[in-house]
Amino acid sequence: MTGRIRLVAQITAVAVVAALLGLLGWKLTQDGSEVTAQLDKGGSPTAPTFTLERLDGKGDLDLASLRGKAVVLNFWASWCGPCKDETPLLQKGWKRWQGKDVVFVGVDVKDFRGDAKDFLARYGVTYPNVYDGKGSTVGRYGVTGFPETYFVDAAGNVRYRIAGPVEDAAELDAGIERALAPA
Amino acid sequence: MRTAALALIALALAAPAAASEQRPTAAELESELVCPVCETTLDTSNAPVALRMKAYIRTRIAAGDTKSEIKAALVDQFGPAVLAEPPKKGFELIAWVLPLAGLALGIVVVGLLAWRWSHTRSAESAAADEPLDPALERRLDDELARFEP
Repeated sequence: MTGRIRLVAQITAVAVVAALLGLLGWKLTQDGSEVTAQLDKGGSPTAPTFTLERLDGKGDLDLASLRGKAVVLNFWASWCGPCKDETPLLQKGWKRWQGKDVVFVGVDVKDFRGDAKDFLARYGVTYPNVYDGKGSTVGRYGVTGFPETYFVDAAGNVRYRIAGPVEDAAELDAGIERALAPA
Repeated sequence: MRTAALALIALALAAPAAASEQRPTAAELESELVCPVCETTLDTSNAPVALRMKAYIRTRIAAGDTKSEIKAALVDQFGPAVLAEPPKKGFELIAWVLPLAGLALGIVVVGLLAWRWSHTRSAESAAADEPLDPALERRLDDELARFEP
C-alpha cells in the first residue's frame, strides 16, 4: 500500500514539473511570436487579426477585411500626451493617402470610450478608429508604449513599426511606402 | 439568548460592509482597482490613465453610485483585469480555489507522513521490547562474560 502511495506521489510530482515546464515553454514561445519581436529579427510577421467595436458607432471593424490594402495601424489613448501631438499629423496623412489603396486605422487602448470619442472629435479625426479598452491587441503586437504605429502590407504582413510618435510627414510616408512595396 | 448574540455579531459585521457598498470612499476603491497600464493599484499609481480613473471614481461617488456599480462600469471599459481581486466565478475562481486546494493537499501529505512516521516508530519500539531468542541470549551472555574481569 505504501509503495502504491509513493508511486502515485512520484507520478504526481513528475506531472506537476512537466506541466510547469510546458507552461514555461509556452510563455517563451508566446513572447517570441509578438509582432515587434519578429520585426526586430528582420521578419515580416503576419499582423494579428482582430474584430473590434468602431468608435463612430458603425459596428465592428475586422482587420482581415482590409486585406488588399496597406494599413497604417496606430495604437493610441486619449490620456497619452504624445498622441495629442501626433494625431493631427496622422489626420493630414490620411487626407493625403486616402483613395490610394491605403487605410488608416486607430486602435484606442486602455481608455474610456467617452474620452476616446471626445478626443477624435477634438482633433477632427475621420479615419476609422476602434476601441480596445481591455488592451487585447497590445500583447499580440508587442506594443511597448503609446503611441506606436505598425505598417501592414496588402497581404496582411507587418513591414515596419514606429515606436513613439510619428515625427513628421516624411517618416509617415516612408512607412507607408514600405508597406506598399512588393514583398 | 445565544441566537440573539450571534445575530448581533452578524449584524455588527454586516453593517460596515453594507455602508461601504452604498457609500464607498475613493480611498477604498482606489485600493481595490488596478491601473491597466502600470498594473499596480490606483492608490499607488500616478500614471495618466490612473489619474483619469481616480477622477472618474470621484465623479461617480459624487453622483451616488454604489461600489459595485462603479466597479462594474470600470470593468465594462477596461475588462476584469482592472479588479485587484479576481471575481469569484468562472475561470478566475481558480485563483481562489487553487491556494486552498494546495493547502488542503499539503495538510493531507503532512498528515500521511506523520501517521507513517509514528507507526514506524511504534513498530520499532515493539520490536525492541520483544524477548531475545534463548540461544542468542545465551551466546550474548557468554560474549559479555569474556570481557568481565
